[in-house]
Amino acid sequence: MTERPLPLPLRPLDALGGWTLEVVESLGRFGTFLAEALVALVSPPFKLSAFLDRIHYIGYRSLLIILLTGSFTGMVLGLQVYLTLVRFGSEAYLGPAVALSLIRELGPVLSALMVTGRAGSALTAEIGIMRITEQIDALTVMALNPMRYLVAPSILAGLVTFPLMTALFNTVGIFGGYLVGVELLGLSQGTYFGEMQTFVDMKDIMTGFWKSLSFGVIVTWVCTYKGFHVGHGAEGVARATTDAVVLSSVLILVWDYFMGSILP
Amino acid sequence: MILVQGLTKSFGRQPVLRGLDLEVPTGSITVIIGRSGGGKSVFLKHLIGLLRPDAGRVLVDGAQITGLRGRALDDVRRRYGVVFQGGALFDSMSCADNVAFPLRERLRLPRPEITKRVEAALVAVGLEGMGAKNPAEVSGGMRKRVAIARALVTEPEIVFFDEPTTGLDPVLVNTIHHLILDLHRRYRFTAVMVSHEIPEIFEIADTVAMLHEGRIVEVGPPAAIQASQNRVVRQFIRGVPENSEGA
Ligand SMILES: Nc1ncnc2c1ncn2[C@@H]1O[C@H](COP(=O)(O)OP(=O)(O)OP(=O)(O)O)[C@@H](O)[C@H]1O
Ligand SMILES: [Mg+2]
Repeated sequence: MTERPLPLPLRPLDALGGWTLEVVESLGRFGTFLAEALVALVSPPFKLSAFLDRIHYIGYRSLLIILLTGSFTGMVLGLQVYLTLVRFGSEAYLGPAVALSLIRELGPVLSALMVTGRAGSALTAEIGIMRITEQIDALTVMALNPMRYLVAPSILAGLVTFPLMTALFNTVGIFGGYLVGVELLGLSQGTYFGEMQTFVDMKDIMTGFWKSLSFGVIVTWVCTYKGFHVGHGAEGVARATTDAVVLSSVLILVWDYFMGSILP
Repeated sequence: MILVQGLTKSFGRQPVLRGLDLEVPTGSITVIIGRSGGGKSVFLKHLIGLLRPDAGRVLVDGAQITGLRGRALDDVRRRYGVVFQGGALFDSMSCADNVAFPLRERLRLPRPEITKRVEAALVAVGLEGMGAKNPAEVSGGMRKRVAIARALVTEPEIVFFDEPTTGLDPVLVNTIHHLILDLHRRYRFTAVMVSHEIPEIFEIADTVAMLHEGRIVEVGPPAAIQASQNRVVRQFIRGVPENSEGA
């Protein structure tokens, strides 16, 4: 156990090595965590009530914020895009411009960010508190796998709710754009929706769908992981919650760019 | 029988267990006493497989649980009941659901059977009619009793209690002790209990073991512990501060 102190010039190297090992190790844990959750997900028994509870927890609780942010995003888009298009005399394309930006980009990304803030943080805090109050240990010593009860249902619920939330966000967003473009700025209703039908393809919708599906996994994975590996006490839970929201948000944006560059 | 050999555990640079040996005979009540922060909870967590030792081993009826993982470890745990120091009740469900949880999820009993057993368990800990409340809405003492009911409702072969009576009034301490004795007479489980209730635990323990500086420094029947010549033990059961000479 007696270690000789390292010579001074080697210490930064030692620190770098230690840091690298730590990062690699935690990445490994992060990956293993998802793998374990997926195994719990596909092996019976399936926890239906936990799954429904998580849908409520992630989806229902985010409904209001999605409706609110979705409609205002659509209205802002309607106004800004109209002001740009009108300079080129092509305000007739307001409908497809609003719809495409929502369906391909803003819908999946913004609704994922909103759900992260509303439900993801709560998920981390809830699981973190279960960890520090030994509720997770209690599950473990009952020979019940906490992955099956806490993590797998959340990830599955993320897969279901994120696309739904995105669809809702897009729908109210398109009507927000309609409100500004047609009701306020005087574009004709037929032009707004007609051009939209011409220009929006199934592949645009699928792009948005794949994005929101993957965001669902990313957010629930990060948030449950951070809750599971919480530090000590209330401070640990607070830090884990912040970490979960920041990491989820960054990953959403990075992954969005990646998806945008590989999907048609 | 639970056999602990040379159990060693450090957290970072802080050694907590330093080669702990103990033998817990089947069907007996063994009480661990020792200073607060001395590693009693850490020791229990090794017995239930929540912590892994740096060295040493734990054998439960010959099976070395310190080397087990996953399914194999779960098979051992199915015989366990655990009362955590803080209760560890699931706060998302009512007290009755907490007690019902292991019956429903682990034993998969039919619903009427579960209801019957939960009611009986709540009556046994003196909480009849309180089942509908949430753990957050009941007093600390009630939470402890719900935790005891949840641990015992599956009729485990081995039960671990981490300070089941700390923070309760003297009447409740006695009630809980008698409850444990009563259930022990009925089901003959092996019990390992951490407790600070001196001298009350001398009446219910078959064996008392004193944990000090990471080792069991003295173990024996209550009478022998009370008459111990070991200075650490004598000072502890009389409540004499460690650095004072005397006693
Ligand atoms: N997960 C952990 N990480 C780091 N240190 C820990 C951990 N768990 C316990 N310790 C340390 O181990 C020591 C023993 O803790 P333990 O909880 O076993 O004490 P105890 O004997 O149960 O005390 P009490 O009677 O107050 O419950 C303490 O100093 C504690 O700080
Ligand atoms: Mg303790």
